[in-house]
Amino acid sequence: MHELPVTEKILNIVVKHAQMNRVSRVVSITLKIGELSDLEGEWIQNYFNYLSKGTVAENAILKIEKVPIVFKCNRCQHEMEVKKEQLGEIICPHCSNKGDFSLISGREYFIKEMEAQ
Amino acid sequence: MTMEDIKLIEVKEDILADNDAAAKELRQRLKREKTCLINLMSSPGSGKTSLLLKTIEALKNDFRIAVIEADIDSLVDAEKIAQAGIQSVQLRTGGSCHCDVSMVTKGLAAIDAGAVDLIFLENVGNLVCPAEFDTGATKDVMILSIPEGDDKPLKYPLMFSKCHVLLINKIDFLPLSDFNPKLLKERVKRLNPGIEIFEVSCKTGQGIDRWVDWLKKTVSDYA
Ligand SMILES: Nc1nc2c(ncn2[C@@H]2O[C@H](COP(=O)(O)OP(=O)(O)O)[C@@H](O)[C@H]2O)c(=O)[nH]1
Ligand SMILES: [Mg+2]
Ligand SMILES: [Zn+2]
Repeated sequence: MHELPVTEKILNIVVKHAQMNRVSRVVSITLKIGELSDLEGEWIQNYFNYLSKGTVAENAILKIEKVPIVFKCNRCQHEMEVKKEQLGEIICPHCSNKGDFSLISGREYFIKEMEAQ
Repeated sequence: MTMEDIKLIEVKEDILADNDAAAKELRQRLKREKTCLINLMSSPGSGKTSLLLKTIEALKNDFRIAVIEADIDSLVDAEKIAQAGIQSVQLRTGGSCHCDVSMVTKGLAAIDAGAVDLIFLENVGNLVCPAEFDTGATKDVMILSIPEGDDKPLKYPLMFSKCHVLLINKIDFLPLSDFNPKLLKERVKRLNPGIEIFEVSCKTGQGIDRWVDWLKKTVSDYA
């Protein structure tokens, strides 16, 4: 739902790196976004197209890599990937623990890399 | 242009890093100033303002309290709070779907934060965006009300996984609904084993005392 402020941040970071690397055109940007976030890729691209007009990143394509939700069992340290639909029913396949987990990944908002000329 | 012209630049930057760093700093500042900031989150209509009014009523002789209002159309809310004799600030969130540290810092500047013990932030009403933006608060508290249903942890897991306290409000509606508190608690505890859960009604006052006791303890431990 907050695609707009997030997109502004992405653009600022991308423009900064374009300057640092002395490139004149950003072709693509790869984001890593956790499965737990509700960001809509299509909306980010729309906002990005709008905000990036007249910048080095105009027309850049956003590629989104989803990062899976991973929990660690706090009893036996086993790490397991969990689908969003299964979040209320997590059970450790190793020790059958049902109620003591830590979130390891799944809430990332990360700019991994960009292609530029 | 040919493909050779294109170079790959490693960016490796966290989009939320600025806000996260500012939140950490704000938490430390509040700790130094011995001001406890409670970030209150829920869907619209779950009972944030009602809970604040009940809580203020119970605690106004124990602590110096202030309220930062960020709920989008909550000018009414700020007025209700002011009528309860409490300092309150209305944040202009510009229609934003959440509060971030820069907004909270503006709110703090408008109240005499050094002269209060306890500040409540009534966050923007939704269960998605406020979960992703750290406000710098000392504790995160959420409300789920009975009419919203017991499946909400499955739909908004991030919110349930980050809060220190869950208040199940409108418990007076329980006899009329198919909400299963036991199932809800199981679902929440799997995401967040350390969370404190209180069943309350801002209408009848049921359970408010246990929540207020938790607050008293939290503020006292902090000071
Ligand atoms: N029956 C009942 N109604 C409540 C309770 N708490 C709040 N309400 C009502 O729910 C509505 C929304 O409450 P409000 O505090 O404004 O919610 P907010 O949008 O989260 O600030 C109001 O009409 C309240 O009177 C409760 O415990 N029981
Ligand atoms: Mg309200
Ligand atoms: Zn285990």
